[in-house]
Amino acid sequence: MSSTQIDSSQPRLSPPATVAKPPGIMRVAFRLWRTRTGLIIVALLLLVAFFGRYVAPYGEQEGVGLPFKPSSETRLDTLFGSAKIGHDVWTRFLYGGRPILIAALASTVIALVIGSIIGLIAAYNRRKLDDVLMRAMDVILALPQIITALVVLSMFGAKTYLIVLTVGLSTVPRIARVVRGAAVSIVERDFISAAEALGEKRSRILFSEILPNVAAPLLVEANLRLTFAIGLISGIAFLGFVPDPGAANWGLMISENKSGLTPNHWGVTLPVIAVALLTIGTGLIGDGISRAAAGLDRQKGED
Amino acid sequence: MSTRWGVTKFILRRLAFGVLTLLVVSIIVFGMTQLLPSDPAQAKLGRNATPASLQALRDQMGLDRPKIAQYFSWLKGMVTGDPGDSLAAEVPITSYIADRVVNSLFLLVLASIVSIPLSLALGAYMARRPARILSNAMLALASMPEFVVGIVLVIIFSTRLFHLLPAVSAIDIGKKPWTDMKGAILPTITLAVGAIPYISRTARASLVEVLQSDYVEMARLKGIPEREVMRRHAFPNALGPVFQVIALNIAYFAAGVIVVEAIFNFPGIGGALSTAVKARDFPVVQFLAMALAAVYVLTNIAADVATLLVTPRMRTRLS
Repeated sequence: MSSTQIDSSQPRLSPPATVAKPPGIMRVAFRLWRTRTGLIIVALLLLVAFFGRYVAPYGEQEGVGLPFKPSSETRLDTLFGSAKIGHDVWTRFLYGGRPILIAALASTVIALVIGSIIGLIAAYNRRKLDDVLMRAMDVILALPQIITALVVLSMFGAKTYLIVLTVGLSTVPRIARVVRGAAVSIVERDFISAAEALGEKRSRILFSEILPNVAAPLLVEANLRLTFAIGLISGIAFLGFVPDPGAANWGLMISENKSGLTPNHWGVTLPVIAVALLTIGTGLIGDGISRAAAGLDRQKGED
Repeated sequence: MSTRWGVTKFILRRLAFGVLTLLVVSIIVFGMTQLLPSDPAQAKLGRNATPASLQALRDQMGLDRPKIAQYFSWLKGMVTGDPGDSLAAEVPITSYIADRVVNSLFLLVLASIVSIPLSLALGAYMARRPARILSNAMLALASMPEFVVGIVLVIIFSTRLFHLLPAVSAIDIGKKPWTDMKGAILPTITLAVGAIPYISRTARASLVEVLQSDYVEMARLKGIPEREVMRRHAFPNALGPVFQVIALNIAYFAAGVIVVEAIFNFPGIGGALSTAVKARDFPVVQFLAMALAAVYVLTNIAADVATLLVTPRMRTRLS
């Protein structure tokens, strides 16, 4: 992402003191069609989810006719007919993406930050602390995420911050494992010993020396986790666990309009297409990055 | 000579870790109920309960005993198969759950029968040819949530395009699930479609590694027919990782049934868990969470052991 340009005006030393940096992983990934397609799909859906509500024809809770009517039979003009309780399908669709995307992004960020810290500390300290941290991670991994989420929701109710925290924290071990796995071999390298000999602060060694070197697997995993977070959070909403049952939400929309599939399928079809495209889009981006990372690794292995 | 001891030690160590993991999970699951501001006795009797009847119920439920004692009697109930009563249904959890366990197991068996051979075949196919369309399709399916797959199947096969299969599988509790095979088809396909991308991709990855190895090259150079090479040389050596993925998928099914059963109103433990969560029926939630965690941990151990047994070089490394 932020590969510094090498100043070509400087006379090159022989042998070169610095090996030319390979292009950033994101730049390589961006050359692949799958990354581009994924980015376009995700960008479009982000637009719909975050700004769609400002061009919605009706209010989020406004009635346009009887429930589950095709667009020809609604009282007011509609594009895709009416949903449960006679709401406008198109309006509900434009409103329903934001809660899922915000929660998915927030929980992935939480998982990334905490997971990276734990993974780096485990890899750098090794021995006892490594053992304790990774065993603790294994215990969290022993419960499938949706079950953890349901246990928490059953106790404290469906609140947005709880869903975000539960999904985020239960994702931490998955990130921590990947970061630790990638960082273990970095810790052994000479430049880490050099940094230690120079007396650099431990936090600097972790975040400025080791972290940039595990960026590629971290990015791939982050993308995968975002994909799963979208599926998980919309799945929880699909099961009916939402903070505000009146608010539009793609996951809830699918389950509450399921009974109206025969008269007006759009209330189900639109959010299903959106969630499917969203996960395919993030999946494509992740696949692109991992292909780019594999290519970069090969280059590194040669020199 | 010492290999067998090495294997035994490995199994024992994994089992010990599994038990420890489940103990920690149980402390977390139990501890979470203790964080609740509400009083279980109050929750059970409602707002109009008299102080005397509340106290009586508290004594009966043992709520005034120390937390540690409560935890151990709860844990004992979990292990001995007597986890107490459901708050909502007011019957013992075991009798509330029994039929649903059979229903869900039926679904798991059907889904495994479909998904495991199919995904191994797909994996073998993708390992030998570039198969770009197929592997891209697997990639797309891998990231799609179960409810999207399930709803698309409902739209295609029961409401919009064809009217072949029921959109809901309403099996009465007490009736055997195999009496309604038609109702089980869509839930089975949905579960299998969730699992197939993972198994086939892992099978493919391990087969590719094996096919590029020296002994497969050797077998080919000796002139052994390609089918024999696959069957006798490549496949047995790719089995280890496949076992692991199969176990991971049983674990995946354990979590996947929650959403899949909700889509089709299938009366299994997944549906029971969502219902219990909605009704805040903590004893049932705790029991099902522990049971599913146990399935998950045990299948993972089984996978590790199976991998060890089909991989001779790992066995020798142990001793």
